[in-house]
Amino acid sequence: MRESRVKARVTLCKGFDGEEALHNTDYKNMPQALKIQNLRKQYDNGFQALKGIDLSVEEGDFYALLGPNGAGKSTSIGIISSLVRKTSGKVSIFGHDIDTDLVRAKRMLGVVPQEFNFNQFEKVEDIIVTQAGYYGIPAKEARQRSEKYLKQLGLWDKRHNVSRMLSGGMKRRLMIVRALIHQPRLLILDEPTAGVDIELRRSLWDFLRDINGQGTTIILTTHYLEEAEQLCRNIGIIDSGKIVENTSTKALLGKLQQESFVLDLKKPIEYLPTFAGYTVKMLDNRSIEVEVGKHQGVNDLFRQLSECRIEVASMRNKSNRLEELFVNLTSDASATDASGADSSGQTKGSAAEKGEAHGE
Amino acid sequence: MSEWKYNLVAFNTIFSKEIRRFMRIWPQTLLPPAITMSLYFVIFGAVIGSRVGEMGGFDYMTFVVPGLVMMAVITNSFSNVASSFFSNKFQKSVEELLVSPVPNWVILAGYTMGGVVRGLYVGVLVMLLGAFFVELQVHHILITLLAVFLTATLFALGGFINAVFARKFDDVAIIPTFVLTPLTYLGGVFYSVDVLPEPFRSISLLNPILYQVNAFRYGILGQDSGISTGWAFVVMVLAIVIMATWALHLLRVGKGLRN
Repeated sequence: MRESRVKARVTLCKGFDGEEALHNTDYKNMPQALKIQNLRKQYDNGFQALKGIDLSVEEGDFYALLGPNGAGKSTSIGIISSLVRKTSGKVSIFGHDIDTDLVRAKRMLGVVPQEFNFNQFEKVEDIIVTQAGYYGIPAKEARQRSEKYLKQLGLWDKRHNVSRMLSGGMKRRLMIVRALIHQPRLLILDEPTAGVDIELRRSLWDFLRDINGQGTTIILTTHYLEEAEQLCRNIGIIDSGKIVENTSTKALLGKLQQESFVLDLKKPIEYLPTFAGYTVKMLDNRSIEVEVGKHQGVNDLFRQLSECRIEVASMRNKSNRLEELFVNLTSDASATDASGADSSGQTKGSAAEKGEAHGE
Repeated sequence: MSEWKYNLVAFNTIFSKEIRRFMRIWPQTLLPPAITMSLYFVIFGAVIGSRVGEMGGFDYMTFVVPGLVMMAVITNSFSNVASSFFSNKFQKSVEELLVSPVPNWVILAGYTMGGVVRGLYVGVLVMLLGAFFVELQVHHILITLLAVFLTATLFALGGFINAVFARKFDDVAIIPTFVLTPLTYLGGVFYSVDVLPEPFRSISLLNPILYQVNAFRYGILGQDSGISTGWAFVVMVLAIVIMATWALHLLRVGKGLRN
């Protein structure tokens, strides 16, 4: 899988730049797409947005950076894209340090911010061609490139429209096209599907999977944990300016000890029987909630339901599996943060710091 | 592609975007100065000017036309960059530039030249309108062009710095209202400093706009107003170097742009 991604990347690079030299590249020693070391940010008002985060994202990865509001996600993205000045620490993009080699680092990077940040009075095509020009791509070539992405994202018919006339979903897609026009190797999306309908969200997922399949490394932040679970191979969770978890999606979900399911019943029940080995509660006379342990399975539950002549019409997760973990992890970190803070405001050794070490 | 080619494309992109902007909104950018200057020509030239008599060796209308052209160039080159860059800041579209690999000097050059072209555009427009009222003959074409180009560059840089510091739309109007307008009105647009008594004449010599207006007037009318044209160019070049250095410093530290 990984090898095929790297191969795809090479094909992509050859196609764009004709860099035959990439044929002989030692991929194992290639620099990481993103490497963050001990990154700290303290704003002028004294607020510490980042408290020394370490993070690395491999080339070709699809990585989710999750965290509650104010956790430090946007500050991290701001620093990577040079819109926010870091207090200390190191950031490099494909081996290009943003302190010493910022121009090359920027050429590797495409950013889709959370807020609309294009000129609302310009036409769609002009916005894209202008952005391409900032990366040294002449207008003619930019128009050719933009056609491909505009068609893929369903904006081709709107290319001559003034951008403020677009719907919210279209504006978000416009920002994705704009970020891709210089064909970056690392694409960072800050809440790319916020406020878009389900159908469009699914089509954006397909699009992102497609460009990731072609070799573009993707980092996204999202509030939709289902999105992270569906799309991303690796997940980092940031809370109160610290990385509290950084692992594969599979490993993270493996930490889930139990899941809650809601069972909708075909016929109403008068009372709730006892089920051996399961904690069950009645939500109403047509639905029950069951907690199922990690190694328990549901076969035995269904056998017992059958014995009680209770027929199940449908079954669903009570909440997103990742959501449960997320809430646990971030609430743990907050609690640790509060109890670990000494009088000088410094945090003591904590689970959160172990999480940072894990992240590195 | 070499670095300078990247930069050339980036410069052209910013520059043409700026031209496109002021051409798109011509009723806000080109029409008002044309109307205002036409009124100046009618009031100061035809109505009041006929009672003033001669000024600096010319009839008042002939004297005032170069001054009004420069006034239009100064205000338009300044306001073009100030409003465009601030508008990009306000809409956050400036972030498109800040995340890109465009060097700061290219950003500054692109916006400044956009302002210069707007200033020159309006300058030519006012000059053509002036031709309806007086017969103008350019005596020193090189001095005229150099004076108007350096002036437009200087004030476009000023507009950029104003936009960097501005936090709200009102801030964009502060410098034009409280600094530019008084300096322009007292900078020899409507009168020759020779008619001023001391100490006002000496105080006027501290006004940099006086040198620009007089250098331009000398280029058009060909008569020395007592202010050295060479000295005027030295003042302009020095001022441009200082303003450009300041603007680049502000971009480097990210004043009002980076958090």
